[in-house]
Amino acid sequence: MPWDELRPLLWTATQETFSMVGWTMLFTVAVGLPIGVLLVLTDKGGLLNARFGAASPVTALNRVLGLVVNVGRSFPFLILLVALIPFTRWVMGLFGQATAIGTDAMVVPLTVAAIPFFARLVETSVREVDRGLVEAAQAMGASVPTVVRKVLVREALPSLVAGLTTTTIAVIGYSAMAGVIGAGGLGDLAIRYGYKNFDDRTMTVTVVLLIVIVQAVQFTGGFVSRRLNHR
Amino acid sequence: MIRTTALTKVFRSRDREVTALDHVDLHVAEGEIFGVLGRSGAGKSTLIRTVNLLERPTSGTVEVAGRELTALSAGRLRAERRRIGMIFQHFNLLSSRDVAGNVAVPLEIAGVGRAERTRKVGELLDLVGLSAHAKAYPAQLSGGQKQRVGIARALANDPRVLLCDEATSALDPETTRSILDLLRDLRSSLGLTILLITHEMDVVKTVCDSAALMEAGRVVESGSLTDLLTRPDSRLARDMFPLGLSADGTGGTVVDITFRGAETAQPFVSTLARTYNVDVNILGAAVETVAGRQVGRMRIALDGTFEQNVVPIGYLREQGLQVDVLGQDTAARPFPGPTASDSDSASAVSATAGKDA
Repeated sequence: MPWDELRPLLWTATQETFSMVGWTMLFTVAVGLPIGVLLVLTDKGGLLNARFGAASPVTALNRVLGLVVNVGRSFPFLILLVALIPFTRWVMGLFGQATAIGTDAMVVPLTVAAIPFFARLVETSVREVDRGLVEAAQAMGASVPTVVRKVLVREALPSLVAGLTTTTIAVIGYSAMAGVIGAGGLGDLAIRYGYKNFDDRTMTVTVVLLIVIVQAVQFTGGFVSRRLNHR
Repeated sequence: MIRTTALTKVFRSRDREVTALDHVDLHVAEGEIFGVLGRSGAGKSTLIRTVNLLERPTSGTVEVAGRELTALSAGRLRAERRRIGMIFQHFNLLSSRDVAGNVAVPLEIAGVGRAERTRKVGELLDLVGLSAHAKAYPAQLSGGQKQRVGIARALANDPRVLLCDEATSALDPETTRSILDLLRDLRSSLGLTILLITHEMDVVKTVCDSAALMEAGRVVESGSLTDLLTRPDSRLARDMFPLGLSADGTGGTVVDITFRGAETAQPFVSTLARTYNVDVNILGAAVETVAGRQVGRMRIALDGTFEQNVVPIGYLREQGLQVDVLGQDTAARPFPGPTASDSDSASAVSATAGKDA
């Protein structure tokens, strides 16, 4: 494909990728962060578990969350993407456009795949916060929500940012499958024009562009994470 | 100020139970510095953590400043905890906040406004001598400085009680000394009541008014240091103040004399020798400052048997000295040698012929 034709395609595809990944990450953090924190709080020795006792619904919640997260992570993304089509249509209906195709619709399966991925990373990060800090806050009279806000999340922040970076890059990878439900983006461009049409130049340019984006995300994430870390 | 009643904590794991606290009755009077001494595993850490209910006791009650914490709802307990400061062995400072930010945490939790917070933080940092480091992060501070931040933070909400969980155990001796000095100053200037746990006898000796010895979840001995020192069978006193001598190799009657305060000034040994015409052989002696008071111990040997020395010993008792005759009534028991302070046989030392003449 000549440059003149390729350039506008690349531009549109880049915008689509940014849009898909951006919205996906927004929803992923909004849902995945609380789930990850809950996984820690409800686990054995966790704050909620200690507060309400191991025999309470807290333990059940922990099991259910753990199971949901594991199931979510077991699906090959392509299969999840297709299996979720009715759900995607329903969710998009809530936003007034009941469709399962297109770049906007792609945000739904991407988010569903990214939430459990991110939640596990959040869980690991939060678990690494020194128990002594939690105790110190409790000794000051902090409630569980206060401990979560001022201690767990704040102390885990550098690590959470690193997890966010990893998740973002994974989502960029997943977004290449967007073509399956008629959405665009750089990955789709590489597959349709580059791979299926044997257009080496389109393939190479697209992949290089993806590499640059991933590098930029990684660099930014690493930079922010280091800046937040005062250890 | 702090009172625990029959405090018991049993940890249950799958197939075994560990009794960390076994009916512990502790009473810390207002304004005093009370030290709980014990080896690791003795239950002292569990004890201090049950005082503000970081650890829920299995049974028994905890009362701080007249309020029974064990009877409070979760919300009320949180409010009470704001009035109980706590510092830790590993400081437990938030690495994500600078010094001023760390000291502000309890104020934020208590809902203190921003302007008031800033003022109070400045005041507290002044108090612990860290004003110059307000913007430093904990990772940039030395251990002693970190503990000072911990102390400032613990005092933020003007508590009446301060709990110190091995607060100096991660510090070198010199820094330990300066932190203990600070604690003692704060006790006087703020009227704090301080409960500290430690495995270091030196800490108790330097700063405490009263102490308790814990073993296997029980308090085996407790009281004010000055009282403990006069108890001949007190292990705390002996550990705190070892004479480190055996009675071997002397004929005659071996006598331990303990004296405090004004008594130290009396020339009783020479008076004894002159008045009763006995030969006094000094086997060992030590004078130390315990709880801010001069305390001395001396071991002497008098020629002849106990029966021959009843009169001079009576004289010593009349001087208000604590006199323990070794071997008397306890001849069958093993006598501790110089290193015996660690062994169990040490507890057998010199139960005496009458505590008061």
